[in-house]
Amino acid sequence: MADALTDADIKKIAKLSRLSLPDSQVGAVRTQLSTILGHIAQLQAVPVAGVEPMAHPLRIVNRLDADEPKAPMPVADLLRNAPAVEDRYLAVPKVLGDGGGA
Amino acid sequence: MSRPLVEICGDVRSGKVTARSRVEAYLAEIARREPEIHAFNELHADAARAQADAVDALVASGRDPGPLAGAVLAIKDNIVMREGRTTCSSKMLADYRSPFDATVIDRLRSAGAVFIGKTNLDEFAMGSSTENSAFGVTKNPHDTTRVAGGSSGGSAAAVAAGFCDASLGSDTGGSIRQPAALCGCVGFKPTYGRVSRYGLVAFGSSLDQIGPFARSVADAALVYDALAGRDASDSTTADVAHEPLAAKVSAPLAGLRVGVPREYRSGANAPAVAEALERAIAAARAFGAEIVDIELPLTDIGISTYYVIAPAEASSNLARYDGIRYGHRAKLAPGEDLEALYSKSRAEGFGPEVQRRIMLGTYVLSSGYYDAYYKRALQVRRLIKEEFDRAFERCDVILGPTSPIPAFPIGGMKDPLSMYLCDVYTVNTNIAGIPGISINGGFADEGGRRLPIGLQLQSKAFAEETLLRAAAMFERALA
Repeated sequence: MADALTDADIKKIAKLSRLSLPDSQVGAVRTQLSTILGHIAQLQAVPVAGVEPMAHPLRIVNRLDADEPKAPMPVADLLRNAPAVEDRYLAVPKVLGDGGGA
Repeated sequence: MSRPLVEICGDVRSGKVTARSRVEAYLAEIARREPEIHAFNELHADAARAQADAVDALVASGRDPGPLAGAVLAIKDNIVMREGRTTCSSKMLADYRSPFDATVIDRLRSAGAVFIGKTNLDEFAMGSSTENSAFGVTKNPHDTTRVAGGSSGGSAAAVAAGFCDASLGSDTGGSIRQPAALCGCVGFKPTYGRVSRYGLVAFGSSLDQIGPFARSVADAALVYDALAGRDASDSTTADVAHEPLAAKVSAPLAGLRVGVPREYRSGANAPAVAEALERAIAAARAFGAEIVDIELPLTDIGISTYYVIAPAEASSNLARYDGIRYGHRAKLAPGEDLEALYSKSRAEGFGPEVQRRIMLGTYVLSSGYYDAYYKRALQVRRLIKEEFDRAFERCDVILGPTSPIPAFPIGGMKDPLSMYLCDVYTVNTNIAGIPGISINGGFADEGGRRLPIGLQLQSKAFAEETLLRAAAMFERALA
């Protein structure tokens, strides 16, 4: 935790986050995240041995709906917000490289 | 004190007043003052008129539109509805139009409410000042050089400025209670699981909860009654019966035990905030409550816990914005691939605070750091919850400030961490999943301006009746 974040760490985090981060901003982001993580390091001082992690405030078990079909949302309604559509499909850039074939 | 909403809606139901005339009166006030406040991202004037006319038509035909007949509500712009857009104050969703209504919208419609517009927020509800909006800052109606708080700043300002009867916000770490405190209105975050999150754009799914802003505790209770209850569309709504509270909320509680944590009487509180707390303690003694000195030693560690858990959940929730199904899509250069589409769309669509939290969340969940940050934060989360459990064995409600400071000047909070630290009294409520409410506890005099001070009450989970009745007692005593 005490490890200082490097520029390479920031680039890796940005890549994992799927955020394109210009080189010119890496230093500023490193400073901000380091400040916040420096504060968060307080957590290391809390004794937690044997404490079960609590991911959620409620103890709820899965509830199952009755297995009955319901009317789906019309495809046209769903596609209305899509930035690029071809026929009834969402359009994306080519996924497979040249020569990949499909 | 303003006229109770229950009476106003009663007048609409009996035909004494029309819903339409109420909408017109609010639209006139909005036309006059909204340009300097900027509470709204979008006004729904025509839709509100049509909804009001429908309510009036029901009354004219002898039918009852419901308990919120003609109540004019503003909705935080991260709650979806069919009218207009739902932007989350983000460029990412600038043109997003929801194909469905959130459950809370459904329920409010059925209760006869009218929706006047969508309110501004910190982008994706990430912030404490509504300065992180892609569409401009919301100003505090008490002093327009200062922030309205956040993230539900627009909803708080709309109530405080007299633009609506009540509004909805969402609260992940204080986003209802803190802006209510800074704007001088009531803001109520129910127990996690009381109100459906279906149609609330997800930020921190184990923390988020929708709740009302209102002019009084009784008004907040009336709106809350329409919201609460299990929803088949949200499996995290609790299977706990909701008893309507609006009719009970004014009845005082005998033998109320008010816990005051030593940690909430912090030297970091602004002098006016410290004075307001002591005044409230004296008022509680005067109305016959027992003041119980308690300790919540994990108060301060809440910030660190929250700023691991909330960004972790946000980084996962916001992964859905990929520029493909909805939201902003970047233009690609020839030869750029799908990966570039994701990364460029997200970098262009999200503002700096959202990107910061996504990266923070991604980091604390990443291989090699998960145990040290995320798992440890979840362990501390349990300790915080257990600390509240022990405290509520000795008291019925916990009293303290909502925010250590009143509204600060726009642009006055320079670095993100300073802003995060102001959430010290509100984040643990969400971490533990308990309910909390902020009411006005007085004013600070800042250069001739009266800035509201918020007082927060918290109770154990699902004890909303105790919480709201106690809040109404403080409200009367401090008025």
